[in-house]
Amino acid sequence: MVGYIIQRVLAAIPVMGFVALFIFLLLRLTPGDPAAIIAGDTATPEQLEQIRESLGLNEPVLVQFFSWIGQLLQGDFGTSIISGQPVLELIADRMEPTISLALTTIILSVLIAVPLGVIAAWKQGTLIDRFVMLLSVLGFSIPVFVIGYLMISLFSMQLGWFPVQGFRPIGDGIGDFFHRIALPTFTLTLLYIALIARITRTSMLEILGDDYVRTARSKGLPESRVLMRHALRNCSMPIITVIGIGFALIISGVVVTESVFNLPGLGRLTVDAVLSRDYPVIQAVILLASLIYVVINLLVDIAYVFLDPRIRYA
Amino acid sequence: MKHFLKPISAAGSLLRGTLFTATLASVSLVSGAVHAETLRAVKHSALRVLDPIMTTAYMSRNHGYMIFDTLYALDENLVPQPQMVESHTVSEDGLIYTFTLRDGLRFHDGADVTGADVAASIARWGERDSMGQVLMTIVESMQQGAAPNEFVMTLKEPYGLVIDSLAKPSSNVPFIMPQRLAETPSTEPIPEQIGSGPFTWVADEFQPGVRAVYAKNEHYVPRDEPASSAAGGKVVGVDRVEWVVFPDDQTTLNALQAGEIDYWESPPNDLLPILEANPDVMVRNLNKLGYQTIMRPNALHPPMDNPLIRKAAIAAVNQKDVLDALVGSPEYYNLCGAMFVCDTPLATPVGGETLVEGNGLEVARALLEEAGYDGTPIVFMHPTDVGSLRTQPVVVAQAMRDAGFVVDLQAMDWQTLVGRRASQAAPDEGGWNMFITNWVGADVFNPLVNNMVNGKGPEGGWFGWPEVPKLEELRMAYATAATPEEQKSLAEEIQKLAYAEGVYAPIGQYFIPTAWSSEIKGVLDAPVPFFWNITK
Repeated sequence: MVGYIIQRVLAAIPVMGFVALFIFLLLRLTPGDPAAIIAGDTATPEQLEQIRESLGLNEPVLVQFFSWIGQLLQGDFGTSIISGQPVLELIADRMEPTISLALTTIILSVLIAVPLGVIAAWKQGTLIDRFVMLLSVLGFSIPVFVIGYLMISLFSMQLGWFPVQGFRPIGDGIGDFFHRIALPTFTLTLLYIALIARITRTSMLEILGDDYVRTARSKGLPESRVLMRHALRNCSMPIITVIGIGFALIISGVVVTESVFNLPGLGRLTVDAVLSRDYPVIQAVILLASLIYVVINLLVDIAYVFLDPRIRYA
Repeated sequence: MKHFLKPISAAGSLLRGTLFTATLASVSLVSGAVHAETLRAVKHSALRVLDPIMTTAYMSRNHGYMIFDTLYALDENLVPQPQMVESHTVSEDGLIYTFTLRDGLRFHDGADVTGADVAASIARWGERDSMGQVLMTIVESMQQGAAPNEFVMTLKEPYGLVIDSLAKPSSNVPFIMPQRLAETPSTEPIPEQIGSGPFTWVADEFQPGVRAVYAKNEHYVPRDEPASSAAGGKVVGVDRVEWVVFPDDQTTLNALQAGEIDYWESPPNDLLPILEANPDVMVRNLNKLGYQTIMRPNALHPPMDNPLIRKAAIAAVNQKDVLDALVGSPEYYNLCGAMFVCDTPLATPVGGETLVEGNGLEVARALLEEAGYDGTPIVFMHPTDVGSLRTQPVVVAQAMRDAGFVVDLQAMDWQTLVGRRASQAAPDEGGWNMFITNWVGADVFNPLVNNMVNGKGPEGGWFGWPEVPKLEELRMAYATAATPEEQKSLAEEIQKLAYAEGVYAPIGQYFIPTAWSSEIKGVLDAPVPFFWNITK
């Protein structure tokens, strides 16, 4: 197992290297000049040239790339071209809202969606099943921003239970933290409930007809034990995979939700950086997102081993 | 010995500065504990670049007004009034200006404002700003006067716009900063936010793209006169001002109505009826000069290198169509052919008649025929990611098509446009023929600040680069004109010639009202959103 993990970590290095090269070249091929953005409308060509020089944008692309890689290897992600702040500081500032939203959304979604999916499969064809499937279709079909606005309209503007927008770090008080994160969490949760419940139902349906489930029932085991212990555990791999990918998706940016609820997260940082051609920030955020995907895939693979003892990694 | 003492002296000033800042911070904390009134404002954009001289970004300019102060400032009648200056004298030959600064002016680090700080600040501004650059061609020298609070500017020849230049209200504004900051090259950002303005910068709470925080400068000594636009007493009525960034208009609307924010600089037109119907929200246009939306042809390449073709494109446009599409409600727009903005001392309709009357289509067709237009496509850059710029190109392109142009409307994001418009290459090699942008009225209200009437061509001209030497002669004549009447007459000539050459066209004047909670009072009418005079 340890050997497998080391092997996977080593395999991630060329992946990250490729991502770094790809994003670096892609950005340099994208039209737009950060110096022109900084200097504004009245800068002379000479002044633009001086700004490019001070930002290192005049260097050949390869020199810029290796200089950036050299910085990365020393743990230095560079400085924002636009604000002049260290990129790591900017990312660290934006991590907490994004991670908080990802965790609360995934936890709430799993707590609701997995039982719903199990029940829907167990009661296949009944009203409960149809209701769960209807919820699932609605969750997929209604755009997140519409759900967000409806939530704000009802719970903030009409009932006054939650604030319209904003984020409070957990360090400022857990009550205030949950008060602010609740609506965005509910909003995103609907989508993830739809996704996870559907996958759970489908996986469970495949398993519930298997011989070992029939055997378990014929042994007189309680239905809850048959469902949760025998069936759910054996069909959990696709569910875990979806949860993992869902978590990575939220971390790598849910711009719409962040915008609707004014959460200063990584999604907004990325969009702002792209619109202002802030190369060091874009590069760092995309590298980080890639790293998160790699790590989450690794964790999902490791989880497989614990959920299905038949799986062994050489 | 002097060199030996210098570090000690520097350490001393640093210590004094630190003690001063610490005292100031403790004063703020104490006052905050008693009545921490925080004004939360949503601005039109996020603050990112903190140096208001290095960039022309309006957010950086607005930030500059919080932190820094100016020697002069325009009042609500657009008349320059002394701000940091107590008085000034001019020598009989009109060449030596001596300015005396007000007593009690101190930077946020506790150091007194001196003539040396002023000289360095004006020199740095003069490198970047168009009006400053003209002033610098006239200036022989600038230095501290006999007393530390005196500043002396010596000219090579008499110049009628010295005070107007120092009172320039919009980007770039001649802000006064400590000499050590002002000596930073103008192409590099200043390393600290130390000014002598009515607010201090709360660096620890700055999150680019999220929020910027300012604290009341308890040591600021405002003028005695009442506040009037950028002039008069800058009396701060709240302890803190937070500029927060809301990426979504609907959320901003909800937050204002729910009392989570106090001030919304530029709500979109489609949400104004909701705001106006709310008795707890005030809605008013604060910027009487408004904004000018303009179309700019590129004079370097065919077919727009032919003035007749440029004039045809301008003649095809009906301002009403543009403004109906962009703004909607006539309450918030003005048909205005004046290049130097309507309702200003230099406003004149000359040359812009077809734009306002919307009857130039036949004129455009005739001009195209006269010019022998061969159907070469006009590469028209269309920024689709900026709400205030995405509508006009569609309307103008259609008007041009109606006149007989072949238009290649190319969609792109604004930053791509900003990069591409700097290219002097031919349109099929990455260049362009036409783009549209917007200006705050205060940035175009005279021939020196209005970049579009610059006729210097590819060397020193503004994007589009028309080469019209006569325009430059007239602008220089304007700069040295002795009387307002002479200035007005020259401005009219400039506008007439600019239209005749088709260098650019204002395609409408529009206004963006500001909305704020009725709990706050004292919001000033001004071309820039100011946060002094406001109480909560």
